Amino acid sequence: MSAGDPPTPVQAPGSQPVLDIRDFSVVYRTPAGDVRAVDRVNLALAAGEVVGLAGESGSGKSTLAYGACRLLRAPAFITGGSVRYQGRRLVQGSQAADVLRMSPDELRRLRWREIAIVFQSAMNALNPVLSVRNQLVDVIHAHMRMPRDEAQERAGSLLDLVGIPRSRLRSYPHELSGGMRQRVMIAMALATEPEVVIMDEPTTALDVVVQRDILAQIVELKERLGFSILFITHDLSLLMELADRIAVMYAGQLLEVATAGEINHEAAHPYTKGLLNSFPSLHGPRRELAGIPGSPPDLRNPPPGCPFLPRCSYGTDACTGVDMELRPVATSQDAEHVTACPFVLPGTPPREVFPTPAEGRLDLPDHLRLAEDLRTAVEPGS
Amino acid sequence: MSEQTLTSAAAERGPLAMEAISVSKDFKLGRGQTLHAVRDVSFNLYRGGVVALVGESGSGKSTAAKLLAGQERLTSGAIRLDSMPVEVSSRRAFRRYKSQVQYVFQDPFASLNPVHTVRYHLERPVKLHQRAVNVSQEVVTLLEQVRLTPAKQFLAKYPHELSGGQRQRVSFARALAAHPSVLLADEPVSMLDVSIRLEMLSLLDDLRRRFRLAMLYITHDIASARYFADEVLVMYAGQIVERGPAEELTQHPAHPYTQLLVASAPDPDNLGSALRGGAGRDRSPQPYAGPRGPASAVSNGTAVVGCPFSPRCPFADDLCRRENPALAQVSATRAAACWHLDLAAPEVVSGPQGGGSPTTQ
Repeated sequence: MSAGDPPTPVQAPGSQPVLDIRDFSVVYRTPAGDVRAVDRVNLALAAGEVVGLAGESGSGKSTLAYGACRLLRAPAFITGGSVRYQGRRLVQGSQAADVLRMSPDELRRLRWREIAIVFQSAMNALNPVLSVRNQLVDVIHAHMRMPRDEAQERAGSLLDLVGIPRSRLRSYPHELSGGMRQRVMIAMALATEPEVVIMDEPTTALDVVVQRDILAQIVELKERLGFSILFITHDLSLLMELADRIAVMYAGQLLEVATAGEINHEAAHPYTKGLLNSFPSLHGPRRELAGIPGSPPDLRNPPPGCPFLPRCSYGTDACTGVDMELRPVATSQDAEHVTACPFVLPGTPPREVFPTPAEGRLDLPDHLRLAEDLRTAVEPGS
Repeated sequence: MSEQTLTSAAAERGPLAMEAISVSKDFKLGRGQTLHAVRDVSFNLYRGGVVALVGESGSGKSTAAKLLAGQERLTSGAIRLDSMPVEVSSRRAFRRYKSQVQYVFQDPFASLNPVHTVRYHLERPVKLHQRAVNVSQEVVTLLEQVRLTPAKQFLAKYPHELSGGQRQRVSFARALAAHPSVLLADEPVSMLDVSIRLEMLSLLDDLRRRFRLAMLYITHDIASARYFADEVLVMYAGQIVERGPAEELTQHPAHPYTQLLVASAPDPDNLGSALRGGAGRDRSPQPYAGPRGPASAVSNGTAVVGCPFSPRCPFADDLCRRENPALAQVSATRAAACWHLDLAAPEVVSGPQGGGSPTTQ
């Protein structure tokens, strides 16, 4: 494979996606009104595909993923949409199973056996008073029929899989380093050979070197075992390297979905452009970084139209009337590249001025940039 | 190559504020074992300049900052503030020191007291460190300096009513309340969302210019150090393994560990990355196989033997395992601690700046 040849989504035309989330909405009921945490989201995951879900904290990424597995409890309520799952094992005729209509028994068979989750903080997700062996065996017993000694053996081979010596089966979580704990979490998620693995910020707390090790391992395991990954993170630069497709989420809605290469070079939505301009890059020339001034909207009373408008440098009055439909990007070669912004195209240059902050907003936009020119221009005391 | 040399950077920045001279810190682990958390670390902080301390967790970068903050006692070495040896033996001397040297913690969720208001958090240091000022006016000024405006709206708020970014602004304001000359910022943005990290770094950048703060920026994100810092120090297992001007060091890392750090940073343009199973453009000179471990140096009472990075280093040989290389000048602006720089980074050693071969002790 040549270096400049980005992998295309492996979804064959006409084939059913493994996980198909449609018009999915979740609210959190609070005394002050419903918080629309996930608002009519459409997202499909094909077999063997890595889909990245990017967005700020509070954008609803985790709620979407947990909601799709029905792992949320009150005050969270699923208010609409459908989640269809069709794995190789769980075939009921040609019909995909509707997760939202499953009985508790069916759900138990779905969770972990079909869809597994690597939770965000390995520190808290592992049980501190159980050894690694017991936690792994626990999972296997809960979701698979397997004799005890076979389950023990499987626990050992799972550690082999993630590159941890078997002697660590006797260890307790506090005896492991952060990277090892995260590997144990991944081993647990893979214990039952699931079809879909949801990874919720699996490497956020780790050092870059360890992070790269673990990601390389995840990719290798994916190639070997053939599962699909929904990878949740706020680090867009990471997704560029890892994901086949990237969905950018903001204020409970998807704003843009495209292949990693399209997002990197042809980002259409102003929010995606803002995110891309938010992280300092180590490679390549120094760029002027702007960040995204302001903070996300209050989802109890979402503003009409585009939720990103108060922070958007391209915003106009027309934005308050826009419906948040995902439309194909007209200039894009890729028909699957969709954006919620009907006005801004990949090549649109940024406006000169930042918008004035919306009424009641407390954060003022920072015009300061870390660019070299400013660095020298404002040098004081000379 | 880079226009930014140490000499021009030195001309830009202000007077020397703080010196760490061969600072070391050992922790006794019991069973006769000693953890050498910080080993023989020296650097200078200048007014208006930013020095970044980069390394993985457990490399001793936070311990180094705590030593500078006077929160830990030195095992050996010395710290000088404004060319005076630091004396923190008495309470009063310690308070005087703290009014000069302030610390910003990583986690704004943990560093602010949940039962106190923003006003309380800021009034206390003002009363402690400044005499005869209008306290409430000063608190408002502080909030405006960190751009929490209108300030009146924030005074009565409790930490849980603020977003992560706003909380971190309050902790910046708290640090500024003492009118310090040195600010030690320990991972000040790593707990924050990507979209507001830049805003916070810009704010810190603005503050250090305005108040001519000498800043130590501790981070594990070497990319942010490239943009934010003037000089970068790379720490591994308690010692500085490489130092140099930020842009130069990140673009042409000399020490194998720095090269590993740089190669590990996510690279959006690297679409054919090894992560995708493609051939890719591998930036690291060699794959880093072999045992992994935390970057800490433990010894049984005696000195640590060999280069601490040698178990992970592709260039390691018997010499590396036997003797620990000292930090030596590589070029006019750079220094690194490695026996095999000629193999690891030939372009740096014989670069246009012409430092010649590394001199070893």
